[in-house]
Amino acid sequence: MQMSGAQMVCEAIIAEGVKTVFGYPGGAIMHVYDEIYKQDGFEHILNRHEQAAVHAADGYARATGEVGVAMVTSGPGFTNAVTGLATAYMDSIPMVVISGQVPLSLIGTDGFQEIDAVGISRPCTKHNFLVRSIEELPRILKEAFYLARTGRPGPVLVDIPKDITVETGEFKYPESVNIPSYKPTYKGNKKQIVKAVEAIKNAKKPLLYVGGGAVLSDAYKLIREMAEKTKIPVVETLMARGVMGHDHPQLLGMLGMHGNYASNMAMSETDLIISLGARFDDRVTGKLSEFAKYADIIHVDIDPANIAKLVDVQYPIVGDVKQVLEEMLPLLESVDPDRYQAWREILKRYDELHPQSYIDSDEVIKPQWAIERLGELVGEDAIITSDVGQHQMWAAQHYPFDRPRQWINSGGLGTMGFGFPAAIGAKKAHPEKTVINITGDGSILMNMQELVTAAEYDIPVINVILNNHFLGMVRQWQTFFYEKRYSETDLTFQPNWKALAEACGGIGYDVTTKEEFDAALKDAIKQNKVCFMNVSVNRFENVLPMVPAGGALFNMMLPSPELADSALEDKKGTK
Amino acid sequence: MANEKRVISVIVMNESSVLARITSMFAARGYNIESLTVAPIPDSDMSHITIATNGSSKVMEQITKQLHKLIPVYKVIEHEEMVEKEMVLAKFPIAENLADISVLASAYNGGVVNVGKEMIIVMAADEPKRIKHFIEAAQRYNPCEIIRGGVVAIER
Repeated sequence: MQMSGAQMVCEAIIAEGVKTVFGYPGGAIMHVYDEIYKQDGFEHILNRHEQAAVHAADGYARATGEVGVAMVTSGPGFTNAVTGLATAYMDSIPMVVISGQVPLSLIGTDGFQEIDAVGISRPCTKHNFLVRSIEELPRILKEAFYLARTGRPGPVLVDIPKDITVETGEFKYPESVNIPSYKPTYKGNKKQIVKAVEAIKNAKKPLLYVGGGAVLSDAYKLIREMAEKTKIPVVETLMARGVMGHDHPQLLGMLGMHGNYASNMAMSETDLIISLGARFDDRVTGKLSEFAKYADIIHVDIDPANIAKLVDVQYPIVGDVKQVLEEMLPLLESVDPDRYQAWREILKRYDELHPQSYIDSDEVIKPQWAIERLGELVGEDAIITSDVGQHQMWAAQHYPFDRPRQWINSGGLGTMGFGFPAAIGAKKAHPEKTVINITGDGSILMNMQELVTAAEYDIPVINVILNNHFLGMVRQWQTFFYEKRYSETDLTFQPNWKALAEACGGIGYDVTTKEEFDAALKDAIKQNKVCFMNVSVNRFENVLPMVPAGGALFNMMLPSPELADSALEDKKGTK
Repeated sequence: MANEKRVISVIVMNESSVLARITSMFAARGYNIESLTVAPIPDSDMSHITIATNGSSKVMEQITKQLHKLIPVYKVIEHEEMVEKEMVLAKFPIAENLADISVLASAYNGGVVNVGKEMIIVMAADEPKRIKHFIEAAQRYNPCEIIRGGVVAIER
């Protein structure tokens, strides 16, 4: 069928089954927007900033496991999208971003709104394309979606010069893809799997270390089955929260810089790490030379480059976590769960010694209380997104996640401003769910214009702002490591949050007591409108436990009244 | 872990910006490129890139894996048993001892390729280590210009 390049873009999006596209028009992409106007195969959401559009597509992808799509124009439209691409890249999120480009004849001339999009995005995309002719456009669109969702997923950029969107050509959307140089490995090597099972049988202190890859490969049921069959304890990374379910007796918790005591000690003392879709990030390992000193490592990862990148691996298995576990599970029948009884008891004692805890207060709302209360009030019904900082860590530590894809946050890149637009994407994907963005008074301002988007399209996202009038996580480091010189972290000057939300068509709540918290949340759910819940929380609360950057994982700063609240420490000092 | 010199052949789809993908990966991850040559493979839609680099075996493993990860990369060969050659062109003033220069070039598997009014140009093609020796030996004839071509390698 003959059609324009712009029509081809729309037809490809429809053929891929995408129901919602997030974007922002501009000169170079106008022909495509003209076709969007004429079609009714998908809905377009006009975010109020390109970065937010890409984060929204990302949130949509994380909530569903499907490819998210965002559309931006050339030049500044594209450069605004770069943070979104990098965020998705670091967390391996399947996404296709379509950007306009100046006409082919102007490329390289420093034309108006021209920027080298493929050059800039090369290090933060799985792959990218500059379309050079109308003939190759259908194939490139097909390959973009294919590359985004297969193998280790990731964002793919398709940069389309304006004249190609106007030109007409023959459109037949390819049914299959043939890229001879791209053949991801899904099935694990059988021999390696057998060896790994032997190692599990011989281990005394094995530990399942589960990462974001477990979510991406939809392997959570198999991981729970493996844990239950072998009774091996489990630690989750930040990206894997929800894989085991919060009340699973074998889940020790989250490990890493803000992991709980038992998880970090388990990692330090284990003799066999079974890594499933995790990548030994520095926020997980702490000081590498002290990391898991007594352990052999089974590393299952779909990306061979992740294996032996940071730690030496005795049992590398390249493959999809789900497919590897399908092979491995029958072989685990002969594992004797009693073998690890002593190990489980050691870990139980560790957890009793220093459980994940905080000191609650009757005078002020503790941020941890707010998160636990959210869990009690909305629990498994909700999808939780977050921004980046203290609130993110408290959410990861204290929210009772029941399932994968319930917890959506920027782990690898750590992008402030991610949470609100990601929540918009998640809510579009799951309108029936309550979607809550747990955020801080720093992060929320980085994409607050999305109030307008959410109000216009009636996307009732609840933003719970844990407001400590600080750039909290930086302030915490300044307290601990910079002798309390609070350089540029004091956010005492603030907007009127309630008025701000209302000015943009949403609702605002100012919350200072626990009673007000409950009332505001209930009202927000009932009103079903986008809202800001401005929750005043204890100002100097610290995220604990904490492994100082570069320190060994077992050297944790544990919750004591002085460490937990730096203001208390100050009061003591002045006595 | 000792830093070793290594030669890697990368077979890639011959498409635009493929070389940029490879070099920017090296730059972004802090790997070193000592020399790089690239040319299309006859009768195919692929190109052969030869990269001389150095690093520990762990770094080499990562380089190979990261290269593989690039979508247009078809094959990566980490050379072990290889024949390795490099070409060099050198230009000398005509007033120098031409017979000596000619003998020098032929000793390194080359010869005189051009003689003009003021200059003589010779070439040599040999193992990179020997090319280094050639350049050292050429110094006494006051070369005006020496251009090395970069390593190409083929597995034995």
